[in-house]
This record gives sequence, structure tokens and C-alpha cells, in this order.
Amino acid sequence: MRYAETGFNLEIDLTRGNVEKVATDPKDTELYLGGLGTSAKILWDRVPPEVEPFSPDNLLIFSTGLLCGTPALSANRTIVATISPQTKLMTFSMMGGFFGQELKHAGYDKIIIRGKSPNLVYLWISDDKVEIRDAGHLKGKGTLETQGLIRNELKDQKAQVSAIGLAGENRIFYASIECGKSSASRNGVGGVMGDKGLKAIAVRGKKDIHIARPPEFMETCNEILQYMDHRLKEPIKLPDGMPVILANLGIQEMAHHDEEWHTTNFAWGNARHRRLDFWTKENEKQWKDSQENAVSRLIGCYNCPIRCGGSISQKGANNFMMKCYSKLTYTMAAMSDLDFGFNIVARAQEYGVDGYTTPQVMAFAVELYEDGILTERDMPGFPSGNEDRFYWLLDKIVRREGIGDVLADGTYWAAKAIGRGAEAYAHNNIKKTEQLPLKLGMLNPIYFLMYATGEKVNITQIEGQFPQAPHLSREDREEFVKDWIQVPNERLKEYFVNWEPRTFPHYPTPAATCEIVEWQEMMHYIDDATGVCTAVSSFVLKPPYHIHNFPKLIASGTGIEMDEDKLWKIAKRIRTLVRAVNVRRGMRRKDERPPEDHWKKRFPELEAKLLDEYYKFKGWNNEGIPTKVFLDELQLGYVSEDLLKRGVLTENIDAP
Amino acid sequence: MKGEKKKKIIKIIKVDVDKCSGCRACEVICSAFHAAPEYSSNNPERSRIRVIHEPIKDVYIPVYAGEYTPAECAGRGQYTIDGKDYDECAFCRASCPSRDLFKEPDSGLPLKCDMCESDPPLEAPLCVQWCLPDALTYEEREEEVEEEVVLEEMEIGLEALAEKYGLQKIADGIARMSKND
Repeated sequence: MRYAETGFNLEIDLTRGNVEKVATDPKDTELYLGGLGTSAKILWDRVPPEVEPFSPDNLLIFSTGLLCGTPALSANRTIVATISPQTKLMTFSMMGGFFGQELKHAGYDKIIIRGKSPNLVYLWISDDKVEIRDAGHLKGKGTLETQGLIRNELKDQKAQVSAIGLAGENRIFYASIECGKSSASRNGVGGVMGDKGLKAIAVRGKKDIHIARPPEFMETCNEILQYMDHRLKEPIKLPDGMPVILANLGIQEMAHHDEEWHTTNFAWGNARHRRLDFWTKENEKQWKDSQENAVSRLIGCYNCPIRCGGSISQKGANNFMMKCYSKLTYTMAAMSDLDFGFNIVARAQEYGVDGYTTPQVMAFAVELYEDGILTERDMPGFPSGNEDRFYWLLDKIVRREGIGDVLADGTYWAAKAIGRGAEAYAHNNIKKTEQLPLKLGMLNPIYFLMYATGEKVNITQIEGQFPQAPHLSREDREEFVKDWIQVPNERLKEYFVNWEPRTFPHYPTPAATCEIVEWQEMMHYIDDATGVCTAVSSFVLKPPYHIHNFPKLIASGTGIEMDEDKLWKIAKRIRTLVRAVNVRRGMRRKDERPPEDHWKKRFPELEAKLLDEYYKFKGWNNEGIPTKVFLDELQLGYVSEDLLKRGVLTENIDAP
Repeated sequence: MKGEKKKKIIKIIKVDVDKCSGCRACEVICSAFHAAPEYSSNNPERSRIRVIHEPIKDVYIPVYAGEYTPAECAGRGQYTIDGKDYDECAFCRASCPSRDLFKEPDSGLPLKCDMCESDPPLEAPLCVQWCLPDALTYEEREEEVEEEVVLEEMEIGLEALAEKYGLQKIADGIARMSKND
């Protein structure tokens, strides 16, 4: 009997039309938990570095987290892992919602998809019955539309359907996979799905999920529930300069009207202009009205009491559901307002594109046009109105029509194709991936390391529990740490208490910075293996889930013995394995840098020192490659063996 | 079956559909509590409360299981409230032949909310305790009612089987099963 997980993966070969239910090795759960952890192991074992993203040999893995579907609150994430067309590296894009638990109730921990179907198909999984069905009639349909059509066709309104839209079908490098209000959006996982000829996956599960030691497990769940209740009623008192939104659990963009922090701190347009005086009384009122008109209800993901999503109904647009930050990304890229933001997301979501990258790519094109690098010849019929331009570009991109075909590969590859100096306009990438449009003054050593080395390539999925700024007075900082039970050790409290405002870049010291970054990163990797949402865990301040209660929950849920040291080591193992997949694909130190203009004040020597120390701290050599000693310590001997054989590691640079 | 007038505590789960976020925590905790042994497994299919939802229409209705009924309704109602259409049966709590709600997935036997009967009694049913958005709240009220004989859970199940197969078949079945033992 397996607990919390099912012990089975579904293997789908779309080339041959073959379906297999395969038992998994319980030893892998002990070493890698599940979710991202076990998916990284599969990608390491089965996708060698020569395999191109759009190759039948690339795998597309939909995975539940280890705790998904159990009563563990907010454990509802589906982790989609594959080799990304955008970065050519391993990517793992995640979504909340209702897909993961449904898959587990159907009796599977993962769906592993290989090959390519000659015709567009969709997958129908209803417990033990699995069918590959024709999807010819769904070609070109929107993501929400497809979900509805499939549910009707299957006569099962409770089926959860993950679908791609036109963008995925046309292999856009930032195409998403959409499921209800949720989406796995980053780095083109939808494009890989489209390349495989897979329009959608529908799942319906009616089986039980078992818990190893129920009373103990429920005790922890109830503690978490009570703490969530407390935090929902009493937000945290934040240091000045930190956004109000971080005082709460979840990412409450649909509930909050106050957007002063985002609109004045983030850059508008092609990540260029800060508008420090934007948040006037007049704008505040207009934005509040827009949001109240559009959001008819706050909605949540499976078994999560926090409401990060919104039901959106707007005049002139189809109803849809929105989450998180996409209301602002289009608005700010187009220098427009919230009405526009809500409206264009309705269309973009049907096409199935990433709400972070897409607006930036379009703002990049507008800027190139205005500066004469792209001309009327490249973009015949390009409208003059700003909002019209965004709709026009969106329509071209998802169809790969004209200039859209170039822009569909993201700013990094598009700039190379356009030439004529366009590369200077693709200024906001890390590892070929569009970043949030933030342009700041003084180098922040903590964020420097997270940006540079994060394999998620997305800051919101790396940052989290350590405040972004200190309280002005020491007394306030001492007050803050009083109930800071989430820290792994007392040193982290000290680093915070001793943190005087405006001491970047030399505070925290590189050694302290390493520890702060490591803590934040490890908690994210634990979330992604267990399927717990970061918005009640690693992404937020003083979260309900932390290193001290996770071991008990995992142990009582699965029956696998667990303590803090062991869990920390597992998180390191997963993180190192992801890095190993990527260094085998050629990623090196030179790739680990934030956008050049991210901070005005840069310190090359300090930055080099930070990287040196962090690599050493992580057990990596000077190129960012995990050393043999460290790999062997983590029971990743098969990795060091392979890296040595390939010459990625050599014995002489491998000294720890 | 008529009895005397008697004071009775009426237990009420109040449902505010406007506050429902559609998270289905109620389904999770209900099915976990009613698992045997308690909390050893969970499965919304076995839950005695379900959230009927159509997200695109912004419809979310938590419905907890009421009585079993052997027959379908003669007609179907449909409601429009605040401009939103609610499908037939949306607010109905019955386990009935016209839909797959509130049926034990293995046996097909009807499920019914027991307000998380427990010894000692819980403060409130668990679906209410786990609903932090407060779409579900709990109230008790005293009422004078005529006493009636309350059927045990097994009897409810048997009654449903009898409706489906007839008493004779069930009696035969039980006789056969006891022989095999």
C-alpha cells in the first residue's frame, strides 16, 4: 500500500498511440519525494542533452505533488516539467486549481508523455480507462472553450481539463497550458504540448487517497488551518517600502485595489519607464471602479481557504477567471488602464499565452517600431492606437503570422532574428527568459544571487520569506522576529535584526546572503515536490508551512521517516539534480547573470565574489557544476559518473 | 410511527453562496472524517457535501446531502437569480436517480449528511470548521416536533436496496450470503 501517492505513473506514447500504467519505485519517493523531484529524475534518466525541445524524444510530464489530493491544505499544484523551447533547458512550470488532485484520485501520480501524434488528439483519463481521442474538431479553439466542449462531449461536467489554445498549437515559445483559472505558463510548456499534437488532457478520478498515520497527519493539518485563519484575520506589520500585498497570505491581487507599490516601483512599457507619481487620487479611484466592476467573486484552488483568483465578467468580453498579477502586466506594458488589462487577458487566456512574457514581447515590438528598427514593411497594417497595437500583435503572434512568427520565439530569439540593433531592446532576459519589469537603483546581493542562479528563471518563484527591506528601527525588527518561528535557525533572525536600512550592497555579507538565499530556495523546492502552493508557503512572509512542520506532515502522510535534516537534504538533492540536467545541457557561469540594467549601481567585483561563495556553499565548482564529492554525498553517484564520462566534470577542477 | 411532541435541537448549516470560493475543502474534510478508520483516506466522491459549480457562469453552490428518494421529480425547476441561471436540481439536497450526487461510489448506496455525529460532539460540522471564507456557518435552534422512529444508517441503506430490487430478492441474497459464511 502506498500512502499520499498512488505509486503509479501513466506512460503515454503519442507516436504509437500506446498507453501504459507503470508502478513506480518507492525508493524514488524516499529520495526525491514526488512532483518536481521525481520528474527531474525522469528527465535526467530519459532525456539526454542532445534531445531538442520539439523532438518526439522530449518528455512532457504532468505531475502531482506528493501531498496533492490529501487533506493537507493548499497542496494542489500540478508541476509540468519538460525541456523548454525558450531556454533549451529543463523547465518546470506549475499551476494550482483542480487538475492535480483529480489525477491522483484517478490513480496516477504523473502522466509522462512522449512521441508525437500525427493528428491533433486529446487524452481522456477516467480512473482505469484511458483513451487517446481525436481532437480535429477542437483545432484552433480557445482554452476555456475547449475545456467546455470536451466536458460536454464526455458528458462529465466534473472532468478537469488542461488545454492549449492557438498559441500552443502553433508552438509559441511562451504558450501556456490552461485549466480553469489556473495555468502552467512559463517557458513554453504549452508549445511542447502543441508540438506533440496534444490539444488537451481530461481527467476524472473517483478513487481514494490514503494516509499512513491519520491522527498525526490531521493534527498538523488542523494546526495549519488554525494558523491560516489567524493570518487571514491579522495581516503582518510590514517594514516601510514593502508592498501591502505581502502582509497577507496568498497573492491577493483580485481583492486588493491599492496598486501604488506595483505601479510606481515596476517599470512600464518595454520595462523602461518608472512612473513614480502615477498613483494619484484620480487613478486610484478609476482603478478601484474598474476592478470592482470586473471581479464578481473571489475564488480559490482545491482545498485552499485563500482566495487568490477572481471571477471576471466584463462588458464585451467572455467571462473568465483570473489570478495573480496578469491584470497589471498587460496594463503596464501597454501604458494603459485596468479595463484594458482585464479585457485583453480574456483573449490572451483563450489563446493560451504566458501573462508575464507576452505583454513584454509586445512592448518590445512597439518600441522597435517607434525607433524605426521594425517598419511598416515588417508590420503592414500596424495600427496607431496603443491598445489596438497590443491586440494586433497578440493576434499575429499566436498565429505566427508575419512579424508574429519572429516574436513568437520571445525577445531573446526575436532580437537575434531581427538584427539591426534589436538585441539592445531585448534587455530584460535571464537565461533567454523575459523577467518581471523591475529596474532599480542599488544592487541587492540577495536578489542578485536569486536572479543569477535560480533555475526557475522567475523571481517570484525563488524569493519569499526573508523580508525585502528592513524596518527602520531596531525595535521594530526585534518585534518582527519574536514570532518568526519559520526560520531554520537563529542566525537568520540575527541577520534581519542587524540589518540597517540602506546598507546594500555590503549588507548582508556574502556568507549571510548565501544562507538567506539557500533557505528561500530550499523551501520552494520542498513546495514543488509536495505540491504545496508557495502562496501559503515559500513565497510569503511567516507562512503556515515551514521547515519545522513539513517533516511531520510528510512522515505521517506517507509513512516515510522524515526529519528536518533529511528533508533539507532531499531538497538539496532535487535542486542539484535540476542543475545537473541543465549543466549537462550546457548551462554555465556565464549564463548566470541578471539583466545588465536591472540595477543602476552594479559592483562587478562583489558580484563575482557573491557567485564564488555561493557556488562553494552549494557544493558546486567555479562554473556552477555540482562537484563529484557533493554529488556522491547526495546519493547522486549516477550523475557524477555521467558528468565525468561526458567531460562536463573533470577530476582536476572537481576539488570541492 | 407517530410519537409525542418533543423538544428537538435542529442543526442548521447556513449556506451563503456569495461567499463560496469553490475550493471544495468541505468535500475533502467530509470524506476524510467519514472514512473508516477516521481520516485514513479521502475522496470527494464519498463526500456528503458537494460544491455544484459552473465557474464560467460564476455559479457556486455548496449542497449537503439530504434524504434519499427513490423517484425522480415529475418536473424540473430552473431558477434565475440576479441574472444568473441556476440549473435544475441545483439547490436540491436529495440523493436521487436523476443524478450521480450523494451516492457511495462502490455500492451506489445513498449518502446523507449526519452533521459529523461524534462522541464527544464536535463544535460544528467539519465542513463548517474548514470553510474559512464563511460560506458555511452553523446554527442550532430548538423546535417542537413530533417524535418519530429514526432509521439507522444500515436501515437507510437496506431501504434503498429494497426500493431497487424488492424485499424478496434481498432476503434471498442475505440467506445465500449467510449460507456461504
